[in-house]
Amino acid sequence: MNSSIQHPAQGHQAIHIPLCGDKVAAGFPSPATDYIEDRLSLDEHLIQHRDTTFFVRAKGDSMVMAGIFDNDLLVVDRSLNPVSGDIVIAVVDGDLTVKRLIKRGETVTLKPENRHYPEIEFKDGQELQVWGVVTSSIKTFSRG
Amino acid sequence: MPLALVDCNNFYVSCERVFNPKLEGVPVVVLSNNDGCAVARSNEVKALGVKMGEPWFKMKAIAKQHGIIALSSNYALYGDMSARVMNILSRFSPKQEIYSIDECFLDLAGFNPATLMDYAQTMRRTIKQGVGIPVCVGIAETKTLTKLANHCAKKGFAGNDGVCDFGQLTAAELSLVFSKLPVGDVWGIGRRIAEGLGKLGINTVEDLRVADPEYIRQQFSIVVERTVKELNGISCVETDGEGTARQQIMVSRSFGATVMNLDDLSESVAYFATLASEKLRHDRSVASSLCVFVRTNPFKESDPQYEKSIVVPFQPTDNTTKLVNAAIRGLKEIYRAGYQYKKSGVLLMGLHPKENVQRTLFDDPAEQAKSDNMMSVMDEINRKMGAGCMTIAASGTRKRWAMRRDQKSPNYTTAWDELPVAK
Repeated sequence: MNSSIQHPAQGHQAIHIPLCGDKVAAGFPSPATDYIEDRLSLDEHLIQHRDTTFFVRAKGDSMVMAGIFDNDLLVVDRSLNPVSGDIVIAVVDGDLTVKRLIKRGETVTLKPENRHYPEIEFKDGQELQVWGVVTSSIKTFSRG
Repeated sequence: MPLALVDCNNFYVSCERVFNPKLEGVPVVVLSNNDGCAVARSNEVKALGVKMGEPWFKMKAIAKQHGIIALSSNYALYGDMSARVMNILSRFSPKQEIYSIDECFLDLAGFNPATLMDYAQTMRRTIKQGVGIPVCVGIAETKTLTKLANHCAKKGFAGNDGVCDFGQLTAAELSLVFSKLPVGDVWGIGRRIAEGLGKLGINTVEDLRVADPEYIRQQFSIVVERTVKELNGISCVETDGEGTARQQIMVSRSFGATVMNLDDLSESVAYFATLASEKLRHDRSVASSLCVFVRTNPFKESDPQYEKSIVVPFQPTDNTTKLVNAAIRGLKEIYRAGYQYKKSGVLLMGLHPKENVQRTLFDDPAEQAKSDNMMSVMDEINRKMGAGCMTIAASGTRKRWAMRRDQKSPNYTTAWDELPVAK
């Protein structure tokens, strides 16, 4: 597999460091000056709407088949309108839960991605409260 | 020129409910520092007759009876949620004035007046979905009127679904609404002025609106006269787009436990002076005097009571060390042994912009530059590593007086190890 090396920005704030300045007083000007670009920022990559994005910690194994494991860090954007197929944070019995949202006709279902867990169905009349749409899951590996 | 006031409903309670939905529909109060008194109440608590500022020990019985949930205040959470709300609202107007942690004015000049109700509904939906906080919007021609319109929106009369636009009402309809509101509902009309107005037969907002401004100024002040003009749609309270530097800076707290000796009291005063000086530098101001005060617990009537303050003048400065020294010097003057102290505080006064300071004959510019450098390093470290990370030694490390926050919720949005959890 071909992989290109990409440099992540450090810190949680996007830091823009130009690779070289224009103040060359004498000598041959650096040929790289014309190609300076901003370093890549994970914040910019993962967060579309800063003011409506929250981080939520995943607990348990009900979503393992979707690739969400215990202790993963979920990026949740509340400003997105949930559509069928989205992974969402929903409020069930006063608790936050992460499940896949499925809409079929009048029935809305919260579907776990693990066959050991039951689906939660909301028939007409029952209101499902979606807290936000999960846009990414971040897994950090322990060293050694 | 229409203006909107957007105000978050029961803001602190609403913030708690976003991350703990179990609190929805349940009576909730948020208590001040030290779990002292109610600073935010859910509608259920308001319905039980609990007043703003009521001390917790006074409402304990009613709280037990009705299952009121009391939370300590979580200012890290409220501050972050406020910033999110204000950022989103700033996109709705070219000119925003943030008036407090949970309300701001938006200039709506140039918008089509007929569309403002819909526009305000869009604001409400955007904030509710994006941040989870319910807000109400009042629209009118002056700040005083927008406050009143917002009040009407909250109460649910003269406006539908959390929005009230006085511009949509005829003069007769407006008079009718005003004649039903007590004059004390008007922004800036406190209890004392309301009582004074009552003696003159001015009981409702409408009574005040039609009063002679000249007469009102003679009886009260130019401030109340302005209120009359504002009620008639004449704008007298300026919208300051930029925000002006503070005139005074106050930092004070009630202690978690009472404090008797001078050392503990000195620590508290030094710490407050440190926080105040950070705010001072943030405003790019200098102070020329400081007031330090201490008092015992007035609610504990059986204890001997003592309360004293003193003003300490000095050369204009923004240096933490100098301000802390001044505060401690003042404290030593007013400290009396044998009392159970419950509260202390530091008030910085005589504030001026730093660039306007007159140099004196004895100023040493090198010394000044050194002091400025040290303060900016200190502020930078505290900004990055968390408030109070670097302080001067006088503010102590024991903090026996520190505030008690027994029922504080996690810092859901500002600490990696306190994030909300989803199963």
